[in-house]
Amino acid sequence: MNATTGGIGTAMLRKEDPKLLTGENKFVDDIHVNGELWMGMVRCTSAHAKIVSIDTSGAEAMPGVHSVYTGQQLADMELWAAPLPCAWPVTEDMLNPPHWPVAVDTARHVGEIVAVVLADSRYQAADAVEHVVVEYDYQPAVASIAAARDGDAKAHLELDTNKAYTWELVPDPDALAAAFENPAHHVSADFVQQRLIPAAMEPRGVLAVPSPMGGEITLYSATQVPHILKVMIAATTGLPEQKLRIIAPSVGGGFGAKLNVNPDELLAVTLANRLGRAVRWTETRSEAVGSTHQGRGQLQHIEIAADENGKIQGVRAHLDADMGAYMMLITPGVALLGSFLYTGVYDVPAFGFSCDGYFTNLTPTDAYRGAGRPEASYAIERAMDILAAKVGVGPDEIRRRNYINGGEFFEDHEAASTLIFDSGNYAPNLEKALELAKYEELKAEQARRREAGDGKQLGIGMCTYVEICGLAPSRALGGLNYGAGGWEHATVRMLPTGKVEVVSGSTPHGQGHETAWSQIIATKMGVSSDDVTVLHSDTALSPLGLDTYGSRSLAVGGVAISMAAEKLIEKAKLIAAHQFEASPDDLEFVDGSFSVKGTPAKSVHIQELGFAAFAAHDLPDGMEPNLQEQVSFDPPNFAFPFGTHVAVVEIDEVTGGVELVDYIAVDDCGTQVNPMIVEGQLHGGIVQGAAQALWEIAMYDDDGNPTNPSFMDYLVPSAAEVPYMKTDYTVTPSTSNPLGVKGAGEAGTIGSAAAVMNAVVDALSPYGVEDMDMPATPRRVWKAMQGGAS
Amino acid sequence: MIPAAFDYKVAESAEHAVQLLGEYGDESKLLAGGHSLIPMMKFRLATPTVLIDVGRLSDMRYIRRDNGHISIGAMTRHEQLENSDVLAEACPMLKHVASLVGDPSVRHRGTLGGTMAHADAASDLPAAVLALGGTIVAAGPNGTREIAASDFFSGYFESVLAADEMITEIKVPADTGGWSYQKFNRRAQDWAIVGVAVADGGSGVSLVNMGSTPLRAEAVESALRGGASAADASLMAADGTSPPEDHNADAEYRTHLAKALTARALAEAGAS
Repeated sequence: MNATTGGIGTAMLRKEDPKLLTGENKFVDDIHVNGELWMGMVRCTSAHAKIVSIDTSGAEAMPGVHSVYTGQQLADMELWAAPLPCAWPVTEDMLNPPHWPVAVDTARHVGEIVAVVLADSRYQAADAVEHVVVEYDYQPAVASIAAARDGDAKAHLELDTNKAYTWELVPDPDALAAAFENPAHHVSADFVQQRLIPAAMEPRGVLAVPSPMGGEITLYSATQVPHILKVMIAATTGLPEQKLRIIAPSVGGGFGAKLNVNPDELLAVTLANRLGRAVRWTETRSEAVGSTHQGRGQLQHIEIAADENGKIQGVRAHLDADMGAYMMLITPGVALLGSFLYTGVYDVPAFGFSCDGYFTNLTPTDAYRGAGRPEASYAIERAMDILAAKVGVGPDEIRRRNYINGGEFFEDHEAASTLIFDSGNYAPNLEKALELAKYEELKAEQARRREAGDGKQLGIGMCTYVEICGLAPSRALGGLNYGAGGWEHATVRMLPTGKVEVVSGSTPHGQGHETAWSQIIATKMGVSSDDVTVLHSDTALSPLGLDTYGSRSLAVGGVAISMAAEKLIEKAKLIAAHQFEASPDDLEFVDGSFSVKGTPAKSVHIQELGFAAFAAHDLPDGMEPNLQEQVSFDPPNFAFPFGTHVAVVEIDEVTGGVELVDYIAVDDCGTQVNPMIVEGQLHGGIVQGAAQALWEIAMYDDDGNPTNPSFMDYLVPSAAEVPYMKTDYTVTPSTSNPLGVKGAGEAGTIGSAAAVMNAVVDALSPYGVEDMDMPATPRRVWKAMQGGAS
Repeated sequence: MIPAAFDYKVAESAEHAVQLLGEYGDESKLLAGGHSLIPMMKFRLATPTVLIDVGRLSDMRYIRRDNGHISIGAMTRHEQLENSDVLAEACPMLKHVASLVGDPSVRHRGTLGGTMAHADAASDLPAAVLALGGTIVAAGPNGTREIAASDFFSGYFESVLAADEMITEIKVPADTGGWSYQKFNRRAQDWAIVGVAVADGGSGVSLVNMGSTPLRAEAVESALRGGASAADASLMAADGTSPPEDHNADAEYRTHLAKALTARALAEAGAS
């Protein structure tokens, strides 16, 4: 009937793209209902202020204004059963002062909501916001990690410290101390992970619609996590969970910034429920700096102890991490996600990590593409280059000398951090990347230019990263005090006409789940991927799921789909055997068709059994009608993709301008379902990491005011700034799941910032430059070349 | 990012626009390509109560050669400059500079008249017209007048245009000598951190983003006239300027860039 087409391993265009490219998809802002009210947020213009009074009368008198609520009024209306949630209290004594959707008596960062206007139109709401008069009693602001750690001002006036928690991971303190006792080489380095603004193509937005008869609310939200949101809205508002339906329509990217539970979401739901009218809001770019969490924000200290040959004896790292003003969904846990990776791809006998989390009066931080792992990768990979210089070998050689298992293939390696790395094969991956980069030729060209005093100096940087994805084994998350599990749910059903419906618990926001899941079904069930439809992102269609983040969709959700398909095939086999009057054990299943072994002429395609299962006229005794199976897959371990990236930069000696002229990436994400999607993920990820190295930084003045809050000053790179990337792959299947898949969504970002900065520092090494803070701006580079402080 | 309320009028001609400007006065703004004005309105940094749309005056989109100069209609879009055969032959510098403005969508909306009137010290084309020794033709209630580009810019986002005047045409000399435009920025779409335009083999040198207006590098020009070498002249590029300070550059770095880029530009333009 149907041959398998578009199965696992096929590089094919995405099913999603025609609708996206022709503008047919509906994003939250495209959806409208009658009688909707627009929210306009009155946001605090100071980083830290007590609210003395709020006069809403002027705004209330304006045309089209329905009502204005202050934080105190909302609290008095008893809309909140609990503050905004933090699902990851990393220690028992972690400080977590309440974070209300609208500030009640004190606002603690620029952009925190202090009142909300409801009006008939977006424009009326924006005009009315300007007429809400707030009197503030300004307080000293904590505007940096250093100020939080060393200064007198407190981000929360009711606390006597800014330190929210200390978390440590030192599996063997004696071994660690011994490793650092008189090492032949001792690297001690400090790095700054600047704050980043996630800047998804679609800003966030919400639309809450009460059902006409009352009692139920549908929330459309530009979210990565409709399932998590549903639980959390129920918990924070007290609304019955079964009365909530969350829909994530087309979502234009998230990068972690839509992995949260936000004040606007709670306001829309509770006000719609209270007023019986639809309530909506669409974030503006200017608002986003204060209304959506930011990424990174860490001061890192890393030390390596190594023997005379550069063989690592121990690694220890300490972070001071910027929580921002409040703990949001996983704010305190981001550093922990990276903690296990400060040993990188290396055989490190002794390891220690600690992190102090600090409150500041800045926008809260939380997950941003890579969430803790790009930071970790940056620290160890920059430190390895410093070690190489100390030992007097090349950056490639220092890595070869330290790879796990001597760089050869391994499975199930227990790292000093206590994690079990599923599989790796690092040295061949490095050699492939160096070959693709023509590393020896690059070094010769660099030497030639240095010799000739060329005005364009070449820098070559590399990074061999490993990352943790496929979040996650529920038990492991429990061990880290995370508030939920890490399974994923899938349902596969065959319709009477033989078409296949897949219900996915993981929720795409641009990744291409519909295509990839169809490819898995095509291979497993022997059908065309065109015969598969994937339903997702609506808690009414897909009641169980844990959504999309942490490069988990394929390694957890995709595997669940594969397993559900296998269960369905097993049931179909019983029907086929019944039709053939044969034993199921005598049947084989090839390319979607069942036949009795040895008599291939008589066969039935699985899609032909859909109607039999539906009609149920002649099923085996006791069998339930229909072909539908579901699986909740909880992975036994994380997955550990790895790769080698080589960045080549040219530095203009006169201007200090840095140009990324070449980029080579050899990644290993295990088995690939759709290599074209992998390629796209890597391209975007690499640019996002390079952006941290060269362009992006969220800046604040000493009073906590954002100083570059628009895209004019916050420099997100475009295609014009990046070279044509050369990508290739090695394939080392994961042992953590039956498909052998790992993950590719964050890998590019995790590898690229270190590779680019290693290249920048390499280019500047003739000037005696040993390190440089990100981003490597032309001014910073020029001043470094002048011998000035960066 | 939500502009305040405003009224919207469509001008039927330059004369009509001038008449509307007279009628609505200071509260009104001309809308051409809108790529500078509308973002300012979205930030509520500009809150005109009336927008007079001149962007539809398609008879003001032309590039033609007239007796020794090029006449360019004020509503000519950057993209038309970028792809102009007339400019390729008679003023390749302007064509090249236009190709560096913003990104393609900006260049398909922005107009030469609009960018001149906006008078942004960081914009590319005003500095190029300044280096070329161009002339701005403006229509007002009492007819038209011609203003030398060197007299046109009067302050931060300010020109000598009266509130009821509108630019109708820009003239630049044709067939002048060697030229260069050195634009230094961090992303292709950005404004210049510093830019240097050299026209006619060094007789016109102008600076982008080195003060409150597009500037003539007069010290460089006069040094060259006095016989200084290009290398020596370029050292004077920042003389008499008050460079702005922002996230990209402090005054020291801008001063350095102005000198370095002037040296490059003079070399490329063939100034000796």
